[in-house]
Order: sequence, then C-alpha cells, then structure tokens
Amino acid sequence: MLKVEEKQPVVFSAALLAKCDEIVKRYPEGKQKSALLPILHEVQAELGWLSASAMDQVADYLDIQDIEVYEVASFYSMYFLKPQGKFVLEVCRTGPCCLVGAEKLMNHIEHKLGVKENEVTADGLFSWRGVECLAACGYGPVLQIGPEYTFYENLNEQKVDELIEDLRKK
Amino acid sequence: MARKLLLEHINVPGINTLDVYRQKGGYRAVEKALKTLTPDEVVEEVKKSGLRGRGGAGFPTGMKWSFLAKPEGVARYLVCNADESEPGTFKDRYLMTHIPHALIEGMIVSSFALGAKTSYIYVRGEMMPQIRILEKAIAEAKAAGWLGKNILGSGYDLELYVQPGGGAYICGEETALLESLEGKRGNPRIKPPFPAIAGLYGCPTVVNNVESIAAVVPIINDGGDEYAKIGIGRSTGTKLISASGNLVRPGVYEIELGLPVEEFIYSDEWCGGIANGKRLKATVAGGSSVPVLPANLTLKLANGDPRLMSYESLSEGGFATGTMMGSGGFIAFDEDQCMVRNTWNFSRFYHHESCGQCSPCREGTGWMEKVLHRLEYGHGKMSDIDLLVDVSKKIEGNTICPLGDAAAWPVASAIRHFRDEFEWHVKEPVKSLDTNYGLANYADPIAKAVTTEN
Repeated sequence: MLKVEEKQPVVFSAALLAKCDEIVKRYPEGKQKSALLPILHEVQAELGWLSASAMDQVADYLDIQDIEVYEVASFYSMYFLKPQGKFVLEVCRTGPCCLVGAEKLMNHIEHKLGVKENEVTADGLFSWRGVECLAACGYGPVLQIGPEYTFYENLNEQKVDELIEDLRKK
Repeated sequence: MARKLLLEHINVPGINTLDVYRQKGGYRAVEKALKTLTPDEVVEEVKKSGLRGRGGAGFPTGMKWSFLAKPEGVARYLVCNADESEPGTFKDRYLMTHIPHALIEGMIVSSFALGAKTSYIYVRGEMMPQIRILEKAIAEAKAAGWLGKNILGSGYDLELYVQPGGGAYICGEETALLESLEGKRGNPRIKPPFPAIAGLYGCPTVVNNVESIAAVVPIINDGGDEYAKIGIGRSTGTKLISASGNLVRPGVYEIELGLPVEEFIYSDEWCGGIANGKRLKATVAGGSSVPVLPANLTLKLANGDPRLMSYESLSEGGFATGTMMGSGGFIAFDEDQCMVRNTWNFSRFYHHESCGQCSPCREGTGWMEKVLHRLEYGHGKMSDIDLLVDVSKKIEGNTICPLGDAAAWPVASAIRHFRDEFEWHVKEPVKSLDTNYGLANYADPIAKAVTTEN
C-alpha cells in the first residue's frame, strides 16, 4: 500500500536527467508517458527507492498527474516504495525453484542476515524478499540483486554465504 | 542429431557480436527480404511455414500478421513480447543472452513485412542484463546500417527500441503489455478491438513472442515450405523447450516438434532422465498455466500410444487426459514432490499476479490460495477439495484475459489427477506435514479405458 509519508525534496543528478531526456526520444511526439517505467527504474537506481517527492518530480518531468506515477509505481513489483538495504537479495520462490530448494535457501538467508522478509539489517546493507518467477527455472535456486539485476544461479547455502561476504566488502 | 534452426551457432565464441553472427550467415534474411521480396511476400512465406506463436497461445503467426489493418497515413507497430514470465519458461532469456542478433534480425524482417517504422522489444524489467545486451547489439546493428534510414538502399526506415517492464506477469498478455508500454498499469484491455486494429497508441499493432520473431529468420532464409517440412502435422518447425525441475540436465533445448516425450525426458541427448536416480511422478508440459499430468499420462496417451512433443499430441485427450504445449516450459516432478504444495505455490503466484480488474480472478485466486494453504498445512476439510474445483470453474472463462484460466487449470487438473493425494492431506493432517505421499500409482501403466454404450 502506498503511503505518502514524507515530502523531503530530492534532487535528480544531471546524469539522470540526461538519461531521461534520451529515453523520452524513443516515443512519438506527445506519447512521453511511455517513458514512465524506464525512468522510474533510473530514478530507483540512483536513489535506492521511490519516495513521493521523487515520483512527483517524475510526474512534473513527464507533464502527467502525480497519481499516474503513483498508480504505476504501486502496481509493478520491482519499484520500492520504502527505503531498502543497499543490497536487496530477491530470491525466486515460484514452483520450479522450490522443486530444487528455494524455500530452504530463503530460510537460510533469513537466519544469516537476522532480518525477516522486507526488513533492513541494522547496518543498512541488506534486505531480502521472495519474488515470483524470474524466468531462470532451469538454473534454480536463483536470486537477483538490483539495480542492474545481476543474477546468481544454481545456489546453495555455501554460495549464498560467500555472496553475502563479498557484498559486505564492497 | 536433431536439426537446429535457432540455436545452431549458440556455442560459437563471440556469436553475441555482430561480426561473428554475420560470419555465420547472419542478416542474410534482411538482405533477402529487403532486396528481393515485397512485404506481402514475406508475410506469405511466414504463412506457408505454418509457424505458430511460440509465446503460449499457438496462434498461426502468418495469419496474425495478415489481420493487421493498414489505413493510409496511420503508423503501424511491431512489438516483441519478451516479458517471459510464465513459471517454467526461460528460453527467451537464453536466446537474448547468447544470440541477441537473431532477435534483432527477426525484428527487422518482421517490421518490414508489417510496414512498421518504429518497433519495440518489451523486455521484463528483471532481465536488465539482457536489456543491456540487446541495447548494445542494436547499437552495433545501427552502426553497420542494418537499422536506421534507408536500410540497404531499399528506402525502408526502421528504429528499434528496448522497453523495460516493471515486474508483472500480466504484462505477458498482449494488451496488458501495450498498456504497460504506454506507461500505465498492466490491465488487459477488453477485446475487440484487437491490437491488429487498435493497439499501441490506438494504432494497428502486432505483438509476437521472441522465439516467433527469431523463427522468421530461418523461414525467410530457407523458405516457408522448407520450414513446414520440419515437425509433424500442424506442429511445424522447431521449438525451444525450457526444461526445469528434477532433471539430470535442465536447460534450454531446441527440438523438432514431434519428438516423443519419453525420449525428451530420458535420452542423453536431451534431459538425461530424472535427477538423483529418482522416478518421475508428474510433469507440467507447457509452463505453470497448463494442466499438470501424472507420469503415466505424460509419457503415453490414454490409448497407450506414445505422447509426442507437439501442439496436437500434448493436447490429445482434452483436459481429461491431456495438457497443452503452452510456451514450452517443461517442469518435471520427482517422486518426492508434493502435488498439494506445488499447487498451493502456483495458486499463490496467480493470486500475486492477478491485476485485480475482474472479480472472479481477483477474489477467486485468493480463495484458492487460502484453501490450498490450509490443506497443505493440515487444517483442510474433505469438502475443501470440491470447493477448489467449484472456485476454479467459476473463474475459468469469466475474465477479460486468460490469467483467470491460467490460474484455474493447474488447480482443477491437480485435483483431477491427484485427488488421492489431496484426500490423504485431509486424513493425515500431521503426517502430511513432514512426509510426502510419494509416487503412489501415478507412474503405473494406464488401465484400458472401458467405454460403455448406452
């Protein structure tokens, strides 16, 4: 559920705005709203999540109503409407991955990080959640980490432990 | 060795680059189409090939193209559906990762055939690495003159863009995809009008799956008649199968349609059998939406003949004893898997992914998830089983888009074929928490059907 809690102003970087300008050119004149999903991905990559202020700014940029951005951001599962850990481990929890141990792996991650699904670790580094099918069923269990959605395949507990240690050092 | 049309060069180092792809005969189809064929002739070849949509519906691609309205002065669009979200399906990811130019070449030829000057590849947002791969490949193709203004001096112009989704299964439905591409929530549209008349921005639009578009390349290179010689009956050509679950070698395989299912599962050329020496209990042959079948009906038709990997053979026997080709997402379950738990898992998926427009789907998927959850966790009642059948029947056919059917079929088919296992969960609420029902008689030879005349 979308809650408009804070209105702290956010500033888009020049690089982000340049990227937005480039994206809008892909569509016919007057159809700039088509740029909404790609632009929200860019904003989230820069800011880590989509605050109400960030979404309002996107609405201004595309010359559409604020609600048109909110309704889209809250519909699609990839957009974060709350702050997340620096690294969000998204584990596939759909049928084929469960046949090869995804549920056990999620229990392991919960135990390892010491936080429940959708919670952030005290150091702000990690959060995790189960997500639906990531179209990598033959290589399960799998997890992805944004904003570039790097894929980690054929996972087991040891590989996940190593991944978490590597991310800590970044 | 089986014939490969899409994955023939998949293991060639550097095949993801334009240079190597070109050395292996890439972009010949663009040359042939733009220099020697008219758009209508390209459509004709695709019609002759018998190619059926590889995204799941299996509708003939050439026929879909021929429905495209062509009013004067109105833009037409080709949109590639790379939203690949059907659980069990990962072939398009594989193709785009390893041989992106096959899709781009197919997009150029198909756009030319349809008269589209701007085309989009809508890729699910989670496939950001594949989006980067496609963007790079498009830049290469454009720099080499395969895209842009006056391609090969033919006077034909084409711009091609990649559009990321936001994470929503429903956007694999073509009208939801178009809504999403317009920057809206992925709510499927009421049809008619079909996209061929009013699609993207209200203009005539064709939406095709990645694999369908890639298949246009060999069809143009070799001719539609040659393509139609491969396969069996109305299932022409080759098909990418995504194999997952408890198999020795899960992965993406290109098969000639008509391959026996038994050979696909057990032959060393393909999946190599069931992992860890276990026995096969059940399969979902075409992605999570299609009916689940027990092992015996997977391998054989009700009359005892071998079942084949083809549109017709997989659906032989209707939903009573058959299933569907779907998107080719082949999921194998070994004897240790619990059908109740898997059905609950799939139901949770459909509940999560329902867009919420139609009440039978929005409410029904949630009910099915809850009832299945209590059966799985030892709180079920015997009447719950028929309740599930009842709910699934009330969703099926009563929604704007096929997500409702896709949610209903796995539940109805699981109860149809594995009712004993559901009843066992009710009778043994404690034991079923940490023990599985096992293989039971699901792999036994099928009893001869007794038909009584009345």
